[in-house]
Amino acid sequence: MLQVSVYRYNPETDEAPSMKDFEIDTQGKDLMVLDVLHLVKEKDSSMTYRRSCREGVCGSDGMNMNGKNGLACITPLSEVVKNGKLILRPLPGLPVIRDLVVDMSLFYEQYERIQPYLINDTPAPAIERLQSPEDRDKLDGLYECILCACCSTACPSFWWNPDKFVGPSGLLQAYRFLIDSRDTATRERLSELDDPFSVFRCRGIMNCVSVCPKGLNPTRAIGHIRDMLLSNAT
Amino acid sequence: MSALRTLEFDAIIVGGGGSGLRAGLQLAQSGRKTAVISKVFPTRSHTVSAQGGITCAIASDDPNDDWRWHMYDTVKGSDYIGDQDAIEYMCNEGPKAVFELEHLGLPFSRTEQGRIYQRPFGGQSKEFGKGGQASRTCAAADRTGHALLHTLYQANIKNNTTFLNEWYAVDLVKNAKNDVVGCIAVCIETGEKVFVKAKATVLATGGAGRIYASTTNALINTGDGIGMALRAGFAMQDMEMWQFHPTGIWGAGTLVTEGCRGEGGYLINKDGERFMERYAPNAKDLAGRDVVARSMVLEILEGRGAGEKGDHVFLKLDHLGEEVLNKRLPGILELSKTFAHVDPVKAPIPVVPTCHYMMGGIPTNIHGQAITVDENGKDQIINGLFACGEAACVSVHGANRLGGNSLLDLVVFGRAAGQYIEKALDQGIEYDEASESDLEASLARMNRWNESTGGESIPALRAELQECMQNYFGVFRDGPYMEKGIAQLKDLRERIANAHLEDKSDAFNTARIEALELDNLLEVAEATAISAYERRESRGAHSRNDYTERDDANWLKHSVYMPTTKTLGKRDVNMAPKLIQGDLLKHFEPKVRTY
Repeated sequence: MLQVSVYRYNPETDEAPSMKDFEIDTQGKDLMVLDVLHLVKEKDSSMTYRRSCREGVCGSDGMNMNGKNGLACITPLSEVVKNGKLILRPLPGLPVIRDLVVDMSLFYEQYERIQPYLINDTPAPAIERLQSPEDRDKLDGLYECILCACCSTACPSFWWNPDKFVGPSGLLQAYRFLIDSRDTATRERLSELDDPFSVFRCRGIMNCVSVCPKGLNPTRAIGHIRDMLLSNAT
Repeated sequence: MSALRTLEFDAIIVGGGGSGLRAGLQLAQSGRKTAVISKVFPTRSHTVSAQGGITCAIASDDPNDDWRWHMYDTVKGSDYIGDQDAIEYMCNEGPKAVFELEHLGLPFSRTEQGRIYQRPFGGQSKEFGKGGQASRTCAAADRTGHALLHTLYQANIKNNTTFLNEWYAVDLVKNAKNDVVGCIAVCIETGEKVFVKAKATVLATGGAGRIYASTTNALINTGDGIGMALRAGFAMQDMEMWQFHPTGIWGAGTLVTEGCRGEGGYLINKDGERFMERYAPNAKDLAGRDVVARSMVLEILEGRGAGEKGDHVFLKLDHLGEEVLNKRLPGILELSKTFAHVDPVKAPIPVVPTCHYMMGGIPTNIHGQAITVDENGKDQIINGLFACGEAACVSVHGANRLGGNSLLDLVVFGRAAGQYIEKALDQGIEYDEASESDLEASLARMNRWNESTGGESIPALRAELQECMQNYFGVFRDGPYMEKGIAQLKDLRERIANAHLEDKSDAFNTARIEALELDNLLEVAEATAISAYERRESRGAHSRNDYTERDDANWLKHSVYMPTTKTLGKRDVNMAPKLIQGDLLKHFEPKVRTY
């Protein structure tokens, strides 16, 4: 039997959040945390969480598992359970709507702020724009972001200034477009980021790197943006 | 008197996956007041899971590639019940739609020349089947769906599309003349019910793989648009045609792209034999998906399956080398390690055919206009209703979809629906208002759940439905077994109508969403079951032990399921493409299908 302790909060009935315990029979299997949540929901249908692809590509089920952010659907119990106990909390730092569901508006606003789309004002050719394999390789490690918010909600700088610091996820995406050989708005993009908060609040804590379920490295991307900002300034 | 708030738009699109976002983009660019209603944040839609690529004759790998070869492959792949006007439109318009995606920023993999990288996929040929294997699937590594969906979402942000994210569409609203004038939707976060009124309602709700116990599909693929259309009394086409993907990870159901076999991987049985050489001597592992899936099941039934229960075969990739695997199939390495505990660099992946794609759906023309069939069997355009993507049956996939054609279908027909609606709005669309009782009718289902006081639990009923479909309507089908399945579904219908929604709260009530989804699963399952039972032949993905041959004399037809009578009619397959006439042949004649 697995001891599962889950953060519960229903805004209609609860004045304050609380932790609720469940005993779950895993039948000795090394289930994914999401499978355990399904079993909890079979016991208590009011248990609330987001989920979709259940294979780690849609980014719905980011949550805090025994103290570390990650995706429930690709985290096996053997990776997180300590002393026979699984503790599940919502992603930290964002307002809770209900149970493990957080309000991600601030996170999405920071994403939209960096203009997450290709800008190229030259007329498009009749076929695709050409890009060398070497230039395309520069997008690897950047475009794979799934917007799960595990990184930004593990970042103390984002907790402190979620409205002004873009956060690791948004900055990873910013760099994805800054470095794309097809994008022509590099200068404008950099000037949008050139203030004390948007980029420079990153303190290199690297929580983002340690939690990213896709193995991406926002800290490195932020370092590249800093370099670009500094060389742009001179 | 209902106190429903009304939100009014020129066009609404239900579903934020590939086709919905492509339609939304088209309409947002035209400046029309458009909203995309999505039950999940759009990048969580199932398009994100597509891996291998988007098939299209962009002539990158082969400068002489020809969209008509792609058309030939698709017609043959469909086992000749794909509509040739629609297939022609898709293959011919495809390059434009793919280049548009690239211009929007989609990070395609590249060739040394800087062009889009294309890989071989199943069922692809050059020169109308005579020129050997083609490489026609445009790829962004093995994350093409993710790259495509994010790119389209980004383009919608750029064009200020209105999104109603985490809103759930409950049922269509029809006026007294049976025109569709919008839908009832609920804001999941607050529980508020709203009448979303529109001159055009596009169902882009995707597939319904969750009617089966074992599926590659996301948990959200519950056929909501199909359920809505069936409850509104509209016809459904070719619902017996479900694709079982050869390579779902054994036990977990997660997809392993056909691109693995395109890059040189192959299937082996427990003896290490490359068995596809026996079933498809020419195309081998790159035969049509229906052919490969059946061959795998036969291997297992004949005792050559692997594992303690002999219930799976293997996909071998290690001979490709670590470098190729890291470069071309990085996502597969991740998925295999996570869900099969196998590193494909060193060992083969255990795989089994797994429900993957719904070829059937809401019948439409190439403009996305939904069609139903009247008492005399004649096509009738449904005013106000459109469909595109997997929810639609236009039909480009017929009885079996080719790999890489679903992403192309999404963008080509999402775009086409958007273009058509834009023009129709310019010309002016006026429908009668829905009355209070029309709105009440669309709220009935929601009210039923909200008033339930006891009964069986939702997860248990859902699991039983999925087991039923898995047992009786899988890769091979048989009349007497299907009769059992149909009887069980009838019983389930009664029990689901009396099932219990325990949680009646408003804020982010996912139990209520799952209840509403269960209704849709049941509608899709029943349409599938009756269509499968009534199509008395074997064609494409529909394979019967009691009718083993294709029967062109009687069944070179679409099946049309009518929900009001629960009966199956037929509809002619379009054999009149417009562009290839004179050029070649009038159309592609049905032939015996071998690979």
